[in-house]
This record gives sequence, C-alpha cells and structure tokens, in this order.
Amino acid sequence: MIKADDLAIFPVDQWIQDGVRWLALNLRPLFQAIKWPVESLLGFNDWVLHAIPFPAMLLLIGLIAWRSAGVGVAIFSVVSLVVIAMLGVWAEAMTTLSLIATAIVFCAVIGIPIGILCARSDRVWNVVRPILDIMQTTPTFVYLVPVVMLFGVGTVPGEVAVVTAAAPPLIRFTNLGIRMVEHEIVEAGLAFGADRRQLLWEIQLPLAIPTILGGLNQTVLTAMVMSVVVAMIGAEGLGLVVLQGLGRLDVGRAAVGGIAIVLLAMMLDRITQKLAEAKSGQRPSLFQLAMRFLRGGRREEIAALPPGEATRQGA
Amino acid sequence: MSERLRIENLYKVFAKDPGPALQVLRKGGTKDSVFETLGHVVGLDDVSLAVPSGAMYMVMGLSGSGKSTLARCINRLNEPSAGRILLDGQDLVPLDEKALREVRRTRISMVFQHFALLPNKRVIDNVEFGLKLRGVAPAERRRRAEEVLSVVGLGRWGYHLPHELSGGMRQRVGLARALATDADILIMDEAFSALDPLIRTEMQDELLRLQRTLNKTILFITHDFQEALKLGTRIAIMSEGRLVREGTPQSIVLEPGSDYVAAFTREVDRARLFDARSVMKAPAVLWRGSAGIVVGGPEGGFLLDQEEQVVAGLDGAEIARLQETGTLPAEQAAPICVPEATKLIDVARCYRADRSVGVIDEAGRLVGLLGAEQILARIANLPVQEREP
Repeated sequence: MIKADDLAIFPVDQWIQDGVRWLALNLRPLFQAIKWPVESLLGFNDWVLHAIPFPAMLLLIGLIAWRSAGVGVAIFSVVSLVVIAMLGVWAEAMTTLSLIATAIVFCAVIGIPIGILCARSDRVWNVVRPILDIMQTTPTFVYLVPVVMLFGVGTVPGEVAVVTAAAPPLIRFTNLGIRMVEHEIVEAGLAFGADRRQLLWEIQLPLAIPTILGGLNQTVLTAMVMSVVVAMIGAEGLGLVVLQGLGRLDVGRAAVGGIAIVLLAMMLDRITQKLAEAKSGQRPSLFQLAMRFLRGGRREEIAALPPGEATRQGA
Repeated sequence: MSERLRIENLYKVFAKDPGPALQVLRKGGTKDSVFETLGHVVGLDDVSLAVPSGAMYMVMGLSGSGKSTLARCINRLNEPSAGRILLDGQDLVPLDEKALREVRRTRISMVFQHFALLPNKRVIDNVEFGLKLRGVAPAERRRRAEEVLSVVGLGRWGYHLPHELSGGMRQRVGLARALATDADILIMDEAFSALDPLIRTEMQDELLRLQRTLNKTILFITHDFQEALKLGTRIAIMSEGRLVREGTPQSIVLEPGSDYVAAFTREVDRARLFDARSVMKAPAVLWRGSAGIVVGGPEGGFLLDQEEQVVAGLDGAEIARLQETGTLPAEQAAPICVPEATKLIDVARCYRADRSVGVIDEAGRLVGLLGAEQILARIANLPVQEREP
C-alpha cells in the first residue's frame, strides 16, 4: 500500500521563497513606489488625528455619527470614545483609526474602479473573481509574510497589508451592486439613448450605491481586524497593546486593548452600516441584529432578513 | 395616411452566428425545427409590416410569440439578424452606435411594462431623463417636463419620488418620459399589463384621449386581445415568431383566417366592436308621393323629404297599410336614427320592436337601415343575410 509520505515532495515552499526574494530584489523600485503614497497619506492622517484635541474629536465623531446614523449611534460613539480614553489607550486608538481611515481611501480609490470594470466585462470578472476568492479565504496573517519581504516591517508595510486585505469586499460589492441594477431600468437608459458613460453615472452607479456602501461597511470591518493583526509586523496602534500584553503575559493589558478594539469596531460598524441602510431602506447590521436578538421580542425581523444578509458575513 | 415605419423580412435568431438558422427558416423551417436541429431560439421569422403615421398599431401575441422581440428590434435593444427596419424611409439596421444613439434620443421612445423609473430621482427628473441624455439645457428641459407632466395629469406630482405614486400614476410618469422627447414613434411594451384591471381600463381611456390630441405613431405590444381591439387602429397578431394576421380590428374578428386567431376572437364583445355602418342594409324605395319618399321594409321604414332628410318613422303595420292603400298615416312618429359610427350596443339601446333604426351620415341623409336581425346576426357572428324587401 502506498503511503502519503512515499510521494515525491514538491519543494513549493522553496519556489515561493525564491519567487518572493526575486521580486523583492528586482522590483524594489516598484514596491517603494507603492509605499510612497501610502506612507504620505498615512502620515498625514496620523498627524491630523493626533493633532485634534480630545474634546474636538468627540464633537467631530459625534457629529459624523449623528448626521449619518442618528442620535443613538452618536451617543454610543461619544461614550465609546470616552471609555477608550479612560482605558488610557487614546493615542493608540487614534493610530488605529488613522490606519483604517487611510485604508478606506485606498480601498475606495482602487476597489470601486476595479469593481466597475468587473461589472462591465465578464472577461475581467472571470479573472478577478478567483483572485478575490483566494484573497478572502487566505487567513489574514498569511498576508504578513510577503508584505514583510516586499515592504519591510513597521506601520507603513502594515498599512499595505490592511489595504490588501480590506479591498476585496468593496470590489465584490461594487460589481454586485452594478450587476443587480434592474435590467429593465438599464434597458430604459439604452432606449433613451444613453452612452456607456451616461449609463454608468446616471443609472448604474446611483442605483448601486446602497450595495457599495454595504461593501464599504465590510471593508471597514476587515480593515479594523487587519489593523490589529499587523501589530505582528510592527505596526502601531491598539493591536500592539494586545500583542505587548500577550508577550508579557499581562492579561489585564491585553484585555484593555481588546475592549478598546471592540468599542472602536462597533462604533465604525454602526456608523458605516447606517450609511448603507439609510440609502437602501431596510438593512439591519449584525450588531443591531445581535442586540435585537438579545432584547428578544423582535425575532420576526431577523426571520425577514434579505437573502443578501447571509452572505454579508461570509463576504 | 403616410407610412411612418416599415419592417421588411425581419429575422431575429438568438445565436452568435444566425446564418445556419436563417437558412433553415428561409427554406421553410419553423421556430421548433430550428430549435431541434440547431438549438437556437428564433425570435422573429420573416416579419413584414407597415405602420401608418398616426396609427395606434397593436402587436398582439402570447408569451414567446416574438412580440416583445419585435418591439426591441425596432430601437435595436435586440439586434435584428436579417431584414430592414425603415423609419421614414431610413434603414435603422446598419446604423453605427453613434447614429443609433441619435435615433433613440430623438426619434423613438419607449414605455416599459414595469415602468423602469429611476427610484432615486424625483418624478420630474425621470421625465427629464431623455432630454438630459440628449444634452438639453436644464431650464429648457424642466419647462418641457412640467408641460408633459400636466398633459398626463400629474402636474402636481413632479417633486415626489416614484415610490410615493400608485402603479397607474407611475406608468403615467413612464408615458410622460416617453412623450417628453417628442419622438416620432412611441413603443409601448406591455405598458398596461402590470396594472390592476380597473386602472388598466382607465389608462387605456387616457391613452385614447391623449392620442386624439397628440396623434403620435404608437406601436403597442400586448398579450390582451381585448386591449388590442379597444386601442388599435390596426392589429398584427404574432405566433411562433411569425406574423399570422394583420388588419383592422373589425376585419380580424370577421375573418380570423386561422384557428389560432379565431381562439382570440371567440370571446370578443362584438356589440362594442362593430358599428352601425358595418351591418346596415341599403334602403329600398317602397313608395313615392308628393309628401316624399318612403324607404324601408316589412319591419319598418322612414319617410324622407326631397333632400333625403328623415322626416318620420313608420312601423311595420303602417308600411303594410301604405303598400295596400297608398296612404300615409295621419299621425307620424318621430324617427329613430343613429350616426354611422354608433356601436351596435348603443344601437340596441334605442331599438324598438316593429321599427327599423335608420343610419344617417354626417349630412343627416339616410344611408342604411338596421333591424333586429342585422344587429343580432353580427353579435352572434352569423353571416348577415340580405333579405329582399
């Protein structure tokens, strides 16, 4: 009987190692060029967020939350920020926030146009789709190895990893949103003589916005997760607090980081989720659902979830 | 009436290469035989028709008959596989993308079954849509949109969102959007099929009312034969991608020509479809005298003066006495007369036993007579027998 060990072993690890090393050596200027805009924007965002005084920050985020998601979320956001400050990790939280804010900008700039291209051409989508599948099934910390080899260690390479991990949902949802636009409405656009540009700007993008905002919510949450994980390659922020706590077996310190991360994540989720919801009508977020479920008595709304909701978590 | 749209030998096969399927069809193959041998779906199989200017031209057929494919070929939402589509003599099939866009923006507009309004835009913006694509200045297109909205009776609803409107009102918006571009041809694809029956009737009446003033050339796609009869000046019936019958509503009901068409005409309310003119019989002179002329038959007649104007009506007994004695009755009853275009249902309403109904032309001259026999025979779909007076 043949055993698994009897088969010849492909030296895949060696190949990949060699490949990445070759890339790092030969395409160094390219990676430096990629790094530059990330470094600039991240540096700017980081500086701004740390420069804003604490009360002004409370006011600003409270205002954003209120305008986009209502009074409840605004109060929740302000309280969360105060708690984070009282935990003594305000500066770290601002660093994490700047990582996420920067990631949103890059994901939008890269992801939405790619998503549009995918929606307009089946050929492009057939190429992009398996890449997205691989990117989204790969555990997030697996990104760290090639990123370290190509970009080095620190906060900026960490940000590259965050952007790489957070862009796929936005691409996927942009593509989906445009493809889901009712066929008859697209036909109406064509029948009245819209060219491709008019079709995109007058019909497809406006009608895809609720779905794209849903993708943005996913991107923000993925960026949040990734901004913690990249502490392992030396990125600063709340992730570093947890990592330090674990390193020193200081459970209390790790928990402080953990609580701050959860509060920040909930805040960001609620604000961005409400944004998508306000545009599309009925779409409760996962946290809202969980709260409703815990409160009980409103299960019918959970049962009446749109089918897309099930894929939200998976995507 | 001049001809606005002419379709010549139009084929549509849903396949990358329609060549082989076209060969089969041209050799007499059918939609089914093409599907069996080549696996291609045939949308249109050698369709030719002509739409006169100002017509309400109904294309009627069941689902899968190719009626929507035909409509979509005219503005090339579906690309025809072969044939010509002549709009005012210009063939639309070979047009490139740019020229086609121009035709869609200015000469053909469309109303959709499920309205296809932009849900995120206000009613007025939806109506402006075609003009905006064409590049009309904002103030100008707003003015035009408001004008068209009041024509369809939604003048006060311009600044609401479509979801605040009922289905019938939304389709009025769809109609206004199509009218706003002032296109030569309006394609209405099952435009009223998604509406409730009562609203549908209301919209049909509304369309007829609008058409009287607008006098557009309308190509109306429907699966509802009653709707086709009610609205149409001409009807084309399609089946299996082919045109099986074409003509005026009355001629189709009288001579369906095939069992397929006859199945639709069987349930038709003939009393509302046919008018007095279509069944009247010619008046025969019974008596001439100094008082005038008496025309009619045993079931009744009319006394005419020298200008052929109807003076009085005579019943069967009076006619019999006139023929025996040659004297007119001393007291003469008022005549029952209807204009030529009166539907039989309305003729029936003024019919009285033992009297003929007179049919008069615009000048008031008697042009025909109607008895119960003629009315009932047409309603029962029997051949009208000419009986000698």
